[in-house]
Amino acid sequence: MGMNQYLEVFLDEGREHIQAINENLLSLESNPNDLTIVNEIFRSAHTLKGMSATMGYEDMANLTHQMENVLDGIRNEKIQFSSELLDIIFEAIDHLENMLESIAEGGDGKEDVSQVVAKLKAIETGKEIESSVQEVAATAIVEKPATKHEHLQVYDEFELTVLEQAKEQGYNTFEVSVSVRPDTLLKAARVYMVFDVLEKIGDVVKSTPTTEELEEENFDDEFVVSLVTKDSSEEVEKKIMKVSEIDKVVVQDINVQQIKQAKNAELDKKVNEIQQNEVQKDDTSQIQENKPSKTSKSVNKTKSKTNKTIRVNIERLDTLMNLFEELVIDRGRLDQIAKEVNHQELIETVEKMSRVTNDLQSVVLTMRMVPVETVFNRFPKMIRQLSRELNKKIRLEISGADTELDRTVIDEIGDPLVHLLRNSVDHGIESPEERLAKGKQEEGIIELKAYHSGNYVFIEINDDGAGINREKVATKAVQKGIITEEEKETLSDNEIHNLILSSGFSTAEQVSDISGRGVGLDVVKSTIESLGGTVSVNSQEHVGTQFIIQLPLTLSIISVMLVKVQEETYAIPLSSIIETAIIRQSDIRYAHEQPVFDYRGNVVPLLYLEKIFDVPKVNKQDEFLSTIIIRKGDKLAGLIVDSFIGQEDIVLKSLGNYLTNVFAISGATILGDGQVALIVDCNSLIK
Amino acid sequence: MVQDSIDEMKIVAFSLNGKEYAIDVRNVVSIEKMERVTRVPHVPSYVKGVINLRGVITPIIDLRIRFDMEPTDYNQNTRIIIVTWEDKEVGLIVDEANDVINIQEKKIEPQPDVIGNIQQNYITGVVKIDDRLLIVLKLENILKHEEDRAS
Repeated sequence: MGMNQYLEVFLDEGREHIQAINENLLSLESNPNDLTIVNEIFRSAHTLKGMSATMGYEDMANLTHQMENVLDGIRNEKIQFSSELLDIIFEAIDHLENMLESIAEGGDGKEDVSQVVAKLKAIETGKEIESSVQEVAATAIVEKPATKHEHLQVYDEFELTVLEQAKEQGYNTFEVSVSVRPDTLLKAARVYMVFDVLEKIGDVVKSTPTTEELEEENFDDEFVVSLVTKDSSEEVEKKIMKVSEIDKVVVQDINVQQIKQAKNAELDKKVNEIQQNEVQKDDTSQIQENKPSKTSKSVNKTKSKTNKTIRVNIERLDTLMNLFEELVIDRGRLDQIAKEVNHQELIETVEKMSRVTNDLQSVVLTMRMVPVETVFNRFPKMIRQLSRELNKKIRLEISGADTELDRTVIDEIGDPLVHLLRNSVDHGIESPEERLAKGKQEEGIIELKAYHSGNYVFIEINDDGAGINREKVATKAVQKGIITEEEKETLSDNEIHNLILSSGFSTAEQVSDISGRGVGLDVVKSTIESLGGTVSVNSQEHVGTQFIIQLPLTLSIISVMLVKVQEETYAIPLSSIIETAIIRQSDIRYAHEQPVFDYRGNVVPLLYLEKIFDVPKVNKQDEFLSTIIIRKGDKLAGLIVDSFIGQEDIVLKSLGNYLTNVFAISGATILGDGQVALIVDCNSLIK
Repeated sequence: MVQDSIDEMKIVAFSLNGKEYAIDVRNVVSIEKMERVTRVPHVPSYVKGVINLRGVITPIIDLRIRFDMEPTDYNQNTRIIIVTWEDKEVGLIVDEANDVINIQEKKIEPQPDVIGNIQQNYITGVVKIDDRLLIVLKLENILKHEEDRAS
């Protein structure tokens, strides 16, 4: 049991950190000189390492440790940052993701990471040659301090001021690096004792790792603290050594001036670089001013973000929703009673309660909403990898990532989007040469857009690639027997293009690694339709292709038509209804004993819901039949019911785990009077 | 004390067709009065349908029909015992819910060859308390669907 309760937190946080690393790596690629990003990545990697070590996932800890070393190298400008380096780090991240998923599925999170670790090690050690060159170069520009005086911690402006003032008032400022013995069992306790000693003789200005991390034992065997004290360095060392299980204590002076100089020099250097890169463009002082404020801002941002959310199991939200609905039903009854007894105060109270419950409803509903960002944010990395594999130049532009969707939709929408994006990269965007030959920009653009409209959320994937070749698609569709020869000629371009989404169709002539792995876009279509959405394609040859996905805002609330069949009430989802009609008994024809009728020129089969569901007969059939025209794909059917009650938004509920696979029933809902109505699954009624 | 609590168990006793039955209280969620059941088509005949149990759609089994007894009309005393087994939550319609009894687990005896006409695999055993004879049911098997019973 022990670790189990932490496992979920570990997985969630692990995913978050990996995602943060992914994002930061990408922004680092376009902004390779920004050390604050490296710091962010380093921090995430470090936390991951601590977490995985605590949970006992050694491979993971091992890999993150190695990654951390490399990042540290980049941070200290000992390792030159490059795209190749980034590839290897991404590879490492992929491994971490796999491990995390394996752990999530109950595995042991073990994976052979020796190769990546070796690669990372190679970078780390290979840097010696490279970095020595760099260091020489560096010393030429900046007076690099002798190794003995290299400061172990990075200070911000505020901390520097504190240290400076302390010095002015005659205090000593030290960096104290303390190593605990590797076999120490209660490291946190030792740390506590060291801090106890330090706080008696002075003030701790800063510590690396932070005190929180130290308390959680998120560190190896060594930590560094900056101390302001009246004691001498020897006294400090002696006092700390009195704590048992301490291996080594190194106390060195902090030279504030030197740090400041180094900092300014670094800034100057950066400014120089920027100037060199963007020839006489920006004002030097402006950049200099901007840098520090930007850093502190981004740090603040990440902090506030983590504080604002709590994790709630989605089942609890469902329970909340259930209870809330009961409340609404009771409110309805109360409302009724209040009106019957005609008690003014009671009526007013009930009215107030109505307003509160309305607000409560929107709160409960929005709690389940998650921004699509959680799905979108893994795509930049994916596109980057794919385009490198295929030697294409592609830019992914994402907009509307803050558009919100129900959590259940979010969980399902990832795979179809991956599929469509892969399709765009593989079949859409041409190779750079081809693009240049066509007079297009060398770099292809894939646009991923999400936005709200009415009760739906739309997700668009646009590419400016080759577009769909009508002839190719049509010929293939005929070959596969999806359309006939005649249809090939008569169908519109758009209709032909949409054939690529039909089942049994895959245009890729060569099965590549990227897409077209046997399953085609039809899987995308069926997944999205199972979510109550639709997908369509628009394309113009040589100009580009656009996929449009339309999704319901939420899965738990759907619009239905309530109908009566004898004494029973059923709900039919509006998404499968085309229209309602009243037909006469005498309009019914029979084709091989199957009742059919003429619906706008089409012969449509008629289904009696009463017979399908064996509804106990009470009333006799009318001369006029209430019919609902339903569809599945392009097939139609007329569903005969007794009467229409009306259209309503209802909350979709499952029948539970006892009744599974009930024929033609997709779930149930609770009506305003507390009764249960079953939801008809029209898809299983049409063969 | 600790020893006692291990040996002792609570059972919910109810009557069905003139006999007394019991279910381990740990499997019982609540006991409800009879309410309107929505029929579900194409399910075994003993599944009477579903009810709205405080916002959760709960399937209802008529235990008389489940045990091939003569069905009766529901009345004032009819109760639905909401039980749970693994991930399933189901209501059982019984003639009357009687009481909750403390028994010692070891007092449950293997069933004699014939008790009424309930199939043996629905029964864990019988327990005698004073002059009452309670048949302890095996929920697991009652909640299993049998393909041949589907109507």
